[in-house]
Amino acid sequence: MPNMPGQKRGPVSSKGAFVFPEGMPEDLQEAVKSGKKLTKEQKKRLQPYKKGIKRVNPNGPKNSMGTFKRLMGILLKKYKLNFIVVCILIVFSAVASIAGSAFLGFITTECLVQQESANPDLSRFIGLLVSLGCIFLLGATSSFLYQRVMMYAAQGTMKDIRDEMFTHMQTLPLRYFDTNTHGELMSRYTNDTDTLRQMLGSTIPQVISSVITIVGVFAAMLFYSLTLTILAILFVILLVLLTKALGGKSATYFLKQQVALGKVNGYIEEMMEGQKVVKVFNHEEEAKQNFFALNEELRENMTRANVISNIIGPLMNNIGYLQYIIIAIIGAALALHGGTGMLSLFATLNATEEAATAVYLGVLTSFLPLVRSFNMPIQQVAQQFNSIIMALAGAERIFDILDAEPEDEGGNITLTKVRYNAEKDKYEETPDAEIWAWRVPHEDGYVDYIKLRGDIRFNNVTFRYNPESRIILNDISLYAKPGQKIAFVGSTGAGKTTITNLINRFYDIEKGEILYDGLPIRSIHKDDLRKSLGVVLQDTHLFTGTVMDNIRYGRLNATDEECIEAAKLANADFFIRHLPEGYHTMLTSDGANLSQGQRQLLAIARAMVSSCPVLILDEATSSIDTRTEKLIEQGLDKLMEGRTVFVIAHRLSTVRNSHAIMVLEHGVIIERGNHEQLIAQHGKYYQLYTGAFELD
Amino acid sequence: MIKTLAKSIRQYKIKTILTPIVMIGEAAMEIFIPWVMSLLIKVLEGSTSDPSWLQVLVGNITSDMLGQVAIYGGIMFVMAVLSMACGVLGGKLASEASAGFVANLRNDMYTNIQRFSFSNIDKFSTSSLITRLTTDATNIQMCFQMMIRMLIRAPMLFIFASVMSFRIAADIAVIFLIASVVMALVIVFIISHAHPNFKMMFEKYDELNAVAQENLVGIRVVKSYVREDHEIEKYKNSTKSVYDYSIKAEKWLTAMMPVVQLIVYGVMILVLAIGGNKIIYGTGLDVGDLTALISYSTQILSGVMMVAMVLNFFAMAKNSADRVSEVLEEKSDLHNPENPVVTMADGSIDFENVSFVYKDGGEEILADINLHIESGETIGVIGATGAAKSSLVQLIPRLYDVSAGCVKVGGVDVRDYDLTFLRDNVSMVLQKNVLFSGSIAENLRWGNKDATDEQIEAAAEAAQAKEFVEKIPEKYEYDLGQGGVNVSGGQKQRLCIARALLKNPKVIIFDDSTSAVDTKTDALIRQSLQKQSPEVTKIIIAQRIASVQDADRIVVLDNGKIADFGTHTELMQRCEIYRDVYYSQVKRGEENA
Repeated sequence: MPNMPGQKRGPVSSKGAFVFPEGMPEDLQEAVKSGKKLTKEQKKRLQPYKKGIKRVNPNGPKNSMGTFKRLMGILLKKYKLNFIVVCILIVFSAVASIAGSAFLGFITTECLVQQESANPDLSRFIGLLVSLGCIFLLGATSSFLYQRVMMYAAQGTMKDIRDEMFTHMQTLPLRYFDTNTHGELMSRYTNDTDTLRQMLGSTIPQVISSVITIVGVFAAMLFYSLTLTILAILFVILLVLLTKALGGKSATYFLKQQVALGKVNGYIEEMMEGQKVVKVFNHEEEAKQNFFALNEELRENMTRANVISNIIGPLMNNIGYLQYIIIAIIGAALALHGGTGMLSLFATLNATEEAATAVYLGVLTSFLPLVRSFNMPIQQVAQQFNSIIMALAGAERIFDILDAEPEDEGGNITLTKVRYNAEKDKYEETPDAEIWAWRVPHEDGYVDYIKLRGDIRFNNVTFRYNPESRIILNDISLYAKPGQKIAFVGSTGAGKTTITNLINRFYDIEKGEILYDGLPIRSIHKDDLRKSLGVVLQDTHLFTGTVMDNIRYGRLNATDEECIEAAKLANADFFIRHLPEGYHTMLTSDGANLSQGQRQLLAIARAMVSSCPVLILDEATSSIDTRTEKLIEQGLDKLMEGRTVFVIAHRLSTVRNSHAIMVLEHGVIIERGNHEQLIAQHGKYYQLYTGAFELD
Repeated sequence: MIKTLAKSIRQYKIKTILTPIVMIGEAAMEIFIPWVMSLLIKVLEGSTSDPSWLQVLVGNITSDMLGQVAIYGGIMFVMAVLSMACGVLGGKLASEASAGFVANLRNDMYTNIQRFSFSNIDKFSTSSLITRLTTDATNIQMCFQMMIRMLIRAPMLFIFASVMSFRIAADIAVIFLIASVVMALVIVFIISHAHPNFKMMFEKYDELNAVAQENLVGIRVVKSYVREDHEIEKYKNSTKSVYDYSIKAEKWLTAMMPVVQLIVYGVMILVLAIGGNKIIYGTGLDVGDLTALISYSTQILSGVMMVAMVLNFFAMAKNSADRVSEVLEEKSDLHNPENPVVTMADGSIDFENVSFVYKDGGEEILADINLHIESGETIGVIGATGAAKSSLVQLIPRLYDVSAGCVKVGGVDVRDYDLTFLRDNVSMVLQKNVLFSGSIAENLRWGNKDATDEQIEAAAEAAQAKEFVEKIPEKYEYDLGQGGVNVSGGQKQRLCIARALLKNPKVIIFDDSTSAVDTKTDALIRQSLQKQSPEVTKIIIAQRIASVQDADRIVVLDNGKIADFGTHTELMQRCEIYRDVYYSQVKRGEENA
């Protein structure tokens, strides 16, 4: 595949050698340096030092060999046969190209030999031509076949790696997404897989082919002349040194170019997002001047990086000519002035007096093309070196995702539907069951069913995002009885959203316990726990697909009618019908063609379809105007009926009718009670309600 | 399209023209070197038949064989050095020209975008403008560089090599020409079959990345609804179609090199057969000629291939070129009048029979609006989502032009004012407001770049931002981060208000710009505004009735029409929509108070 222009190549991220924190055991340092997968025990011991480990040398992969081996392992796992076939075919094609140039020599020699004779015999000449034709055919066929076979292996491996990366990403805890920016993770899907694809698809076969060619040509050169071969090698060393020098320089400039490009792109993104503000503030001229300056910096760096990569080709090529010239002159001198023994072992052994000149010339004309074919693969390998390093660095970042620790799966308690059997006075799982229940298996094989009621309790829960950061929730205790509506009020950062994130185990608590129908939530299988909770999040996210698909996201087997019904309850039906294709309108990435309020209505409809026993509404109506909110209140009431509901809202009118309102401040519940009680208390809530205190 | 883009070459014109010329030099050397090489081999052979001018010349200098070899070697050396010089110079010129050209192109695009009106921006969408400025520009650069380096050089190589071949053996040269045609046809055939598949593949590839991106952004939703498997399946479907189209496209491409090889090989065998025959029977061809012919054949064919590749590149970059020229050719639909007015009497505003559509033939957003607002009045605007509140106020600083009727500020049609002057005097806090990387002070100075520290502080105080800013250790030097991510939503809104206040305008418009600010702060902002700038006309769009309740008059918008216009008390009496909104927010609170 050609390297398409314009593929953004992100700056190489900071991976390289390690700097370890003090006191870290040496064996652990070794283990980390080796880049091998750590054992469970090692990982555990590594935990306290993890933060302190720094990586230096931002250019290259930290463990090229390890990464390369692992990458080849993935390739070979499924495509071993392909790979072996490719190797064999490459050998064929390389041998064919070497033999081809040898035969060129044979044929010219034969011409000269026959020219001398009065009655030329063409049979050998024709024979040579036919053989050459066969060799060429073999070469072209094997190069066609190896590319074809390699294509399947490379593309297949790319698909496997992508699938595996995405699949594994889905199992990662939210913490992982908090600590890695979207841009950074995205570049592993784009830039890093691109460089990898190039390496698998073209670099590896090319390097193999080059190495084989180098070896073959070298052997052929030796066969013709030791002296000339040594001369050729001297030039090759020069070439390699030059490539290395220029290559190093080009890497530096390339990196600078990437940094400048990153700045320009960042500026463009930010300013285009704010272009309307630029207009309103007449800020066009300043914006332009800033852009021009950044763009100029990019131009300078880009020019430098490009100059190097542009001149490397002509430089190499012409040094190759010089080599050719010098070898031709020295070869000719040797041939003419008796140094034939030095010129060629082959010639001295086989030459007869009368054909000597012809044979010497044949040797020289055979040797000279070999010099060209010797340089070519060496240049190629040298030039591929950079792209191999880059691909390995990319592969390493991909493996980083694959190696990240997945989320805890939770216990073995699962969610199921049961039916009450009055005769036996117990719940049973039957196909027509309708009641949600927890299926609690015991060690002796006995299975208990506990009806899902939606009773949630926090007992002395303490939480922080990581051991070094500040405490977000401090010794919180609360309960929500089945069917109750519990509201959280408090300023930004008080910990409202955190509480809901703990219920569905986006994060795990540090101290205390959370019980769900009396069961510790850790003992419930994570997927089943989340299936029981319907969530409308603060930031509504829609997915590419139709409006209907997005509503159905709540429950994949919901019928169209159910989805429309939910949309009606959420008061979204009206605007959906005004969309160009109604429920079948395609939403672009993250619903950019809808207003924030409309997106929230869809998110509510989605939750309505899901029919979960417990609901969490995190600022679910913040962007909806109060009149519309009033209109959907009925729908919301219906949604909340018989369900345990956790509500977080800025607008106090939204939480007024809750059974209990908790006022949070700095991770502590400072007031609790229903609206009337809290008003009567004349505390923080009262101040908020009367507008005497500000929420932010 | 090409004409539009070519305008951006400007100061790089000389380098752009020089590059292909220098490349011709390189191509010529690449042809002459094999020729001299063949003469050298002739010397070794001792062949003297049909000498060329150079052979005669060298023969006159010395008859010693090694001396002649040395002379030819010397000539070749000079040529190789020349060729290297040309190649290096060409590479340098090409990168300077192409990097310079694309830098100009980006500047030109950016400059034109700065001239865009709101409707121009809407037409392109932010993300597409970003792509055009970044990826598309880079595509064009690659193509441009390739073009100036190769597009002249390759045909020259072809022509030189053909001429040389004709001079050596016309019948063999004819074979080359036939082979070139065959090869060109084969390459065009293969590319034209691979191309649509590549296009599809890249489309699928974009889709694939969109799924990944979406999952990164929406990971909480995915996990909440336990849709991991569903998403994985979606992703796998995407990787599958990327795989399928990659295979389809690459199948053609993997055939390309071997087919080209076969043609080159076939030509070689023919040359050897015919040429060899000629040598054996002594009909005016020697081994030197033969080697030269073989190297010319590869040069001719690689010339053909290079042209094909450049054209392929060109086809791939064409879409980018189209998109970029669209930006360059876009004309702003808002123009400064010929003799712009640069004085504004006062902050009074008149809407006279105004109607408005975003696009020609689009739905009518505002119809038949008549409003008179006195200078210094505070006007509230209220209405449901989609009632066209924002559209109404955006007409005042002429962010959009009316479709019919006219909007006047200070008694003058907004279309008669100098645009910059108008917008300096009509300040607006947008609904979707943005702060930029840089310190708080830098951001506030957008309102007035010469503002003193005292003025900045005063504006921050009026916008109720002073308190939180001063709690930050770096105060006004605090870096807001890209898009202002380092402050909360409510803080952002207050900074945006402060920024707008610094303009010291005659009219100030708040488009739902306190939605994330609590009621009390909201009230404080309004109070300080009232106190500090009583003469400024204030227009406040809000969801909260409390935000507009104290306004002098309130506009109630319903579906693009003015449902009512009056004081709070009046509206409570006669406007049902207003009462509805009021009760939805206030009633229950009162009952319990």
